[in-house]
Amino acid sequence: MPEYEIVIGLETHIQLNTETKIFCACKADSWEEEPNTNICPVCSGLPGVLPVPNAAVAEKAVLLAQAMNAEVQTDSYFDRKNYFYPDLPKGYQITQYDQPIATGGYLDLPMGDYTRRVEIEKLHIEEDAGKTKKEGNRRFIDFNRCGVPLIEMVTGPNLRSADEAAEYLIRLRQLLRWLNISEANMEKAHLRADANVSIRLKGEDKLNTKTEIKNVNSIEAVRTAIQKEAKRQIKEVEDGNDIKPWTLDWDEDTEMLSKMRSKETEADYRHFKEPDLLKVHVDQAWQDRILKDFPELPLARRQRFVDEYQLPAYDADILTNERSLSDYFEQAVKAYDGDVKRVSNWMINDIQRMLNESGKMAGELKLKPEYLAEIIQLVDSKKVNNPTGKSLLDKVESTGKSPQEIVEAEGLGQVSDTGAIREIAQAIVDENPDQVEKYLGGKDGLIGWFVGQVMQKSQGKANPNMAREILLEIFSEK
Amino acid sequence: MLLSKEEVEHIAMLARLNLSEEEKERYREQLSSILGHVAQLQALNTDDVEPLVSVLAKEMPLREDLPSPGLSLKEATENAPDVKADQFKVPPILDGADE
Repeated sequence: MPEYEIVIGLETHIQLNTETKIFCACKADSWEEEPNTNICPVCSGLPGVLPVPNAAVAEKAVLLAQAMNAEVQTDSYFDRKNYFYPDLPKGYQITQYDQPIATGGYLDLPMGDYTRRVEIEKLHIEEDAGKTKKEGNRRFIDFNRCGVPLIEMVTGPNLRSADEAAEYLIRLRQLLRWLNISEANMEKAHLRADANVSIRLKGEDKLNTKTEIKNVNSIEAVRTAIQKEAKRQIKEVEDGNDIKPWTLDWDEDTEMLSKMRSKETEADYRHFKEPDLLKVHVDQAWQDRILKDFPELPLARRQRFVDEYQLPAYDADILTNERSLSDYFEQAVKAYDGDVKRVSNWMINDIQRMLNESGKMAGELKLKPEYLAEIIQLVDSKKVNNPTGKSLLDKVESTGKSPQEIVEAEGLGQVSDTGAIREIAQAIVDENPDQVEKYLGGKDGLIGWFVGQVMQKSQGKANPNMAREILLEIFSEK
Repeated sequence: MLLSKEEVEHIAMLARLNLSEEEKERYREQLSSILGHVAQLQALNTDDVEPLVSVLAKEMPLREDLPSPGLSLKEATENAPDVKADQFKVPPILDGADE
């Protein structure tokens, strides 16, 4: 069988996390709210109303355009896309067609040993439609989602595997959260992806007939659906059949693709400029204000962590997964005097655990980055031992007090005073003649038990290595 | 420039209009005459004219992102022909393919 290559383009719809809808002051987020409770005459399409655009939508679009290396257009326009569907009360969707808010752009995906450049073919703002539910031969409509702001972003046919498609969505989701543009939760449909899939012989550069996969609502589902569809297409071609330009519906439960209705052609939408709205004017001054505090982006920061702190790529990836965690790490590094890898280890093992357990963002912890640095420093300088250090994390988090304060108040300071440890160790040896006999009789493993006894008696404060040495000394004298 | 009957039927379908044979013929003439008028305008040379979308004020007023309440559920649904479980109930419109 000849070798085939998969060609994928992704069409994403991103629900913005604004307070209000795009053209009216209704609340944008209706997650788990009763049907038709966040609607007004504008978004439910009553006659005689006029849309008034939400400035925050343009601002978020400018942020995304900047992050995608796209060019923001000073003037852009809204258009009407006309079609009949019960979820669209006006009979048209307000979107942007030939003069969108940004043009061009790309995202470079790190794929381990190579980088895949994904071009952005389209980036525009538009309104969402409502939700319909089929029951019997009737449809029930909830207009809450009508007018929720979306950015539609379409990539070129640049992705070459299901893994690259999944990576694109992972990096896009990371970016959207990093810039506070969208919650980007695929299960809640904040981020929706349709995949255009075709195949060709490896080495060819023509584009063959593609199919479009819809209704995939997780990154794993995108990966699986693309793999299945590519396999199907290869079999069709091998069997001598043509690929038809189908729209395929993904069924989450059965993990199967099935054919959907044939699409109306583009010309049938009869796009024309929205007469109820003027141009969106994003002049340089406004752009400058929006981009004034534009942050370092996750992929750039990831690279910097590798270069600047000599962290392994694995660590850098985790530490830049989310902005709050990443900022926290850097603040801790600034406050800490020592090997940055130490801070990374504590972050990845302990801080991550605390965040998972509490559901908090790193920036919300009472355990400030400076306190984390202080705790690691206390352990480094042997002022407390490692287990005490770990327990300090939760103590600081629950009280908000500084580590030093807790160490002093609870007397947690590690006993490195050989005299004090020797005294305890001697007492343990004297109290346990049977165990001593067994140990001296060759049960070397019992040393651990003795160390444990010393630790217990010292309430965890003894330096365990020192305790072991002193015990060995005592035994060697016997 | 006369539209074909098929073109009129296509336009009617997009607007979900049921036209009688007599109406199809009438609209065919009317639509054709509108297109003829536009064709006349297209004869003008506009190479040096900037495209114009609107003659209104240049800047569009934007709204601050502050929520305010819209319609109550009662107001939203009281004029609807059919409502069930607080939702608008409508007949299927994509016969066959979708339903």
